[in-house]
Amino acid sequence: MQREGSLYTVIFTTVLCGICSILVASAAVGLKERQQINQILDRQHKILLVSGLVSPSEKLSREGIQNKFKENIEMRLVSFETGEYATNIPVETFDPKRALKDPNLSMKAPPNSAGLIDIPKYGLVYFVKRQGQIDEVILPIQGRGLWSMLYGYLALDKDLNTVRGIIFYEHGETPGLGGEIENPKWCQLWVGRKVYNSAGEVQLAVIKGQAGSADSDPHHVDGLSGATMTSRGVTNLVQFWLSDSAYGKYIKNKKQQGSI
Amino acid sequence: MSAILGKKERAILIDPLFNNNPIALQVLGICSALAVTTKLDKAIVMAISLTLVTGFSSLSISLIRNLIPTNVRIIIQLTIIASLVIIADQILKAFVPTISKQLSVFVGLIITNCIVMGRAEAFAMQNPPLESFLDGIGNGLGYSMILIILGVFRELLGSGKILGYTLFRTVNEGGWYYPNGMFLMAPGALFTIAILIWLLRTWKPEQQEKE
Repeated sequence: MQREGSLYTVIFTTVLCGICSILVASAAVGLKERQQINQILDRQHKILLVSGLVSPSEKLSREGIQNKFKENIEMRLVSFETGEYATNIPVETFDPKRALKDPNLSMKAPPNSAGLIDIPKYGLVYFVKRQGQIDEVILPIQGRGLWSMLYGYLALDKDLNTVRGIIFYEHGETPGLGGEIENPKWCQLWVGRKVYNSAGEVQLAVIKGQAGSADSDPHHVDGLSGATMTSRGVTNLVQFWLSDSAYGKYIKNKKQQGSI
Repeated sequence: MSAILGKKERAILIDPLFNNNPIALQVLGICSALAVTTKLDKAIVMAISLTLVTGFSSLSISLIRNLIPTNVRIIIQLTIIASLVIIADQILKAFVPTISKQLSVFVGLIITNCIVMGRAEAFAMQNPPLESFLDGIGNGLGYSMILIILGVFRELLGSGKILGYTLFRTVNEGGWYYPNGMFLMAPGALFTIAILIWLLRTWKPEQQEKE
């Protein structure tokens, strides 16, 4: 067969692509399990970081993260429809991303500005225990920024109103601009801010420009310069997950009952 | 080593380090050299990945060089390089997840790194497999050498550390060293590369460009 002929070119390219895709696919499949373990560890590490149990400069081994997580963090599942704990579904194996594909576990999200179409019917809450008492409640949050979905955790005090920390673990925003949502200095600005006003409405928001101190300006956080859309996205997603469509009902219930 | 490799092979392997360095002489691959050298560990992982990708892409392209239809050769080269890069990325994700996260898009961008393409097109298409493999590895090492030098200087001067271990205690931590933030930005890398090129061309004047 002629080396320059069209038929030869097509056959050669097809065979080569076939070989390459087999190699790529086997690498992806073969390493998937390890990558998933890494991902779970990374999430657990982020939860420990946002809870303040681990400082950012601390270096932890894989076992270190797992043990610390097991010792100090307790997981529960909350139903967004009733605002109560869901006891019929196992917590350990609940995966919010997978739940979205199951019609029994997901629902259409009400119209929202966080860019969410479907949300799970249930949400995880992480309790941080200090001296055997629940000290903080960590809620997973996600929503659209400018370019991408932002995924993170918001840590609330046991009063379910004061922010104890925020962290984002996955996003595709512009490094140096929207990517600054990862900046620990900016995340630190959230600490001590209040979510709800006295009427129980979600007030927490990222504003344009500089906000006052946590005492004088309790509901606002400094905007990120050069990242107006990302800042707006963060406001929208935080407000969505704390509203009655998501964790809001649960938070109200628990406030009325006076204990978590 | 000399027992396995002849004089010619050794020259192919060693030449790209000083005599024909891809970054310092050919000024290729600057983009990633700026981006991944703020910390030494990132630089080392990137250097190893690129060296292996260049070596094996040159090897496999050279193996099939007489079969590749000339009119689609660039696409064929890219397919092979892209496959190798994806495999490298998957391996990094599985074994060094933290560094892989910091390297973010730059592992994927090895595909477009001029060094890999350049060696495939300029060398591997004309030369037998062993020599092409050595040429790829050699050029990768030339790139690695510059990356590691950059990484050492930038991490040390920018944050007072080497591989995360504090050498100069910074003022923030109660020490004496005022970290030079410029080294963590792109200009710091550009100045360092320029100084390296200057030193190399002073040592080997034949690399200087004619006026």
